[in-house]
Amino acid sequence: MFSQLQNSFQKVFKDLRGQGKISEANIQEALREVRVALLDADVNIKVVRQFIAQVKEKALGQEVLQSLTPGQQFIKIVDAELTELMGQTHTKLHLSSTPPTVVMMCGLQGSGKTTTAGKLAASFKKQGRKVMLAGADIYRPAAVEQIRALAEQVGVDVYAPGTDISPVEICAQARKLAMGKQIDLLILDTAGRLHIDDALMEELVQIKASARPDEILFVADAMTGQEAVNVAQSFDERLDLSGVILTKMDSDARGGAALSIRALLGKPIKYIGGGEKMDALEPFHPDRVASRILGMGDMLTLIEKA
Amino acid sequence: SRTSSALTQRIEALVPGKTTIDDEYLDELEEVFLSADVGVKTTMEIMDLVRENVGRSLKVPGDIQPFLRREIGRMISLPAKAETEPAKPHVILVIGVNGSGKTTTTGKLAHKFIGQGKKVVLAAADTFRAAAIEQLAMWAERTGAHIVKHQHGADPSAVAYDATKAALSRHADVLLIDTAGRLHTKSNLMDELSKIERVIGRDIPGAPHETWLVLDGTTGQNALNQARQFLQSVKITGFVLTKLDSTSKGGAIIGIIRELGVPVRYIGIGEGVEDLQEFDAESFVDAIFGV
Ligand SMILES: Nc1nc2c(ncn2[C@@H]2O[C@H](COP(=O)(O)OP(=O)(O)OP(=O)(O)O)[C@@H](O)[C@H]2O)c(=O)[nH]1
Ligand SMILES: Nc1nc2c(ncn2[C@@H]2O[C@H](COP(=O)(O)OP(=O)(O)OP(=O)(O)O)[C@@H](O)[C@H]2O)c(=O)[nH]1
Ligand SMILES: [Mg+2]
Ligand SMILES: [Mg+2]
Repeated sequence: MFSQLQNSFQKVFKDLRGQGKISEANIQEALREVRVALLDADVNIKVVRQFIAQVKEKALGQEVLQSLTPGQQFIKIVDAELTELMGQTHTKLHLSSTPPTVVMMCGLQGSGKTTTAGKLAASFKKQGRKVMLAGADIYRPAAVEQIRALAEQVGVDVYAPGTDISPVEICAQARKLAMGKQIDLLILDTAGRLHIDDALMEELVQIKASARPDEILFVADAMTGQEAVNVAQSFDERLDLSGVILTKMDSDARGGAALSIRALLGKPIKYIGGGEKMDALEPFHPDRVASRILGMGDMLTLIEKA
Repeated sequence: SRTSSALTQRIEALVPGKTTIDDEYLDELEEVFLSADVGVKTTMEIMDLVRENVGRSLKVPGDIQPFLRREIGRMISLPAKAETEPAKPHVILVIGVNGSGKTTTTGKLAHKFIGQGKKVVLAAADTFRAAAIEQLAMWAERTGAHIVKHQHGADPSAVAYDATKAALSRHADVLLIDTAGRLHTKSNLMDELSKIERVIGRDIPGAPHETWLVLDGTTGQNALNQARQFLQSVKITGFVLTKLDSTSKGGAIIGIIRELGVPVRYIGIGEGVEDLQEFDAESFVDAIFGV
C-alpha cells in the first residue's frame, strides 16, 4: 500500500550508499528526493517541509558512526523521524467501563463511514459483544436502507427511524435504547459533510452533546490529497476527535494522508479499511507502516551487515 | 467573483508587497500548485514555463495571472469532437472507484437531460453495495426517470442487458448506466466492466457512446493511477470531477488530461440535483488560486 513511496526512498538510499561521508551537498540531493517522494505520496506540503527540516538538522548535527556508512546512518535518521511522526503504538478503541460505549463516525462524503460502521459492528460482535448501529444520515438517498442492510448482514441491532426525525434526536434516542437493551457498543453513523458546511458541522457538535460519545472517529479516504489534513483539523477543532480510520487502503494510494493527519493532529489512526467486505478492517500499526514506507525489512539487514 | 481583477489581487498577494517576480515569489507560486494537488511533475512543468518567461512577457506579478490562465487553460482544453447527431438511445456508462460520486452524478445527469425534454432510462448496475439500488431508485423518483433494476447480488451485465432492451422499446433518448464502485487495482472487477461494455454494444451498435470516469476532486495523486488503469479496460471518453464544492481544487486532473488526452465533461459542486456544471478550463484555473 505504501510501496511507491517505499521505492522512491529506496532509490534515494541506493544513491547515498558508497558515499564517503554525509556532506551538505549529498544530503541536499537526498532530501530533495525525499521531498518529491513525500509530495507524490500526498503528504501535505507543510508536513513535508517540517519533516525535511527535522531530518536535515538531525543528520548534520550527528557524528558519523564508525559502524555505519553515511547512507545507512541517513536511513536510520529518516526512519526514526518517520516512526516518531506516525506514532509509536497501536491504540485500541476505548471501551467505557459503563456500557454502552458510544462511537461516533464522521467525515467527508463517500469516505466510507457507513461501511466502516458495519465493519466495526461485525468485529465487536465477533468478540461476543452486543452491538447496535444507529443511522443518523437523513440526507443521502437510501442511507437508511444502507445501514439497515448492513446491520442485517452482520447480524446486529439497528435503530434507523427514517428521515422525519433530526439526527440529533436519533442519536439521543439511540443512546437511551442501547442502555435499555444492554448494548455494549453503540455506533452512530452520521451523514457525510464538508468541513466548511457550518450548519452541518454544528449538527455534529449537538450530536456530541446529546449522545456523549466515548470515541469520535474521523473516517478518511486513503486516496485523499493535500486537503486531508485541513479537513481533519476542522473536524478536530469542532469535535475533539479521539482517532482516525483510514479507508480504501486496498487501493494503490501511497497514503500520505495518514502521515499528514497523524503528524499535524497528533491523533492516533486506530484502524485501516482494506476492502468493501465486512471483515476488511484491521488495527493500525504505526511502526509497521513506517517500516513499510522505508522498506525497513531490507534496510535493517543492510545496516546489520555493515 | 470570478473576475480577473480578483485573481490578480490574489496572485499579487501571494507575497504581500511584492512588486517583482523573484525567487521568493516563485516559491510561493509553486506552493499554490502543490497545495492544489497538481503534483510535483506537472507543477515543475508549469514553473519551468513561468521561469522561461520571467523578465520577458512576465515582468510584474500582475502579468502572471493572464499568462497562467492562458497557458494552463490551453493545457487542459481539448479540441471538441465534431458534433454528430446523437444516437438514440444515447448510452452513457458511469464508472469509477468507491464513493467518488457515480450514483449522484447519474441522478444529476438524468435531471439535466429530462430538463432538456429528453426521455431517460437509468440502469441500476450496482448490484453489490448495500442499498445501491434503492439509492438510484430514489434519484429516479426525484428526477422522473425510468429505472431498470434487479435484485441485490444479480449479475450487473444482466441489468445492463435489460436496460438496453427497455431503452430501445421505450424509445428513450438517453440510457444512463450506474455501476458499482471498484478499485482500479482489482482486475476481476475491471473485467466485469468490459463485459458490461460488450453487452450494451450488442443491441445498440456503437454503445456505450460515452464512458465517463467519475473522479473525486478531493483525491490526490492516486487519481492518475485510477484514470490510467480504467483506461486499460474500457474506452473512457470523458471525466466527471466531483466534490469541487469542497476546499480541494482537484489539480491532479491537469496532469491526467495532459497524459491521457481525455477531456473533463462535468464538475460536481454539491449533493443537490442541480449541482452539476459543464467544465470550464479558465474558471478551473481561477479556482486553484481561490477566486
Ligand atoms: N475498496 C474499498 N472500498 C471501501 C472501503 N470502505 C468503504 N468502501 C466503499 O466506499 C464506498 C462509500 O462507502 P460508504 O460507507 O457509503 O461511505 P460514507 O462515508 O458512508 O458515504 P456518505 O454517507 O455518502 O458520506 C462504498 O462503495 C463502500 O463499499 C475500503 O476499505 N475499501
Ligand atoms: N459535496 C459533494 N458531495 C458529493 C458530490 N457528488 C457526490 N457527493 C456525495 O458523495 C457521497 C458518495 O456519492 P455516491 O454518488 O453515492 O458515490 P458512488 O460513486 O456512487 O459510490 P459507490 O457506488 O459506493 O462507489 C454521497 O454522500 C454524495 O451525496 C459533490 O459534487 N459534492
Ligand atoms: Mg454513509
Ligand atoms: Mg453508487
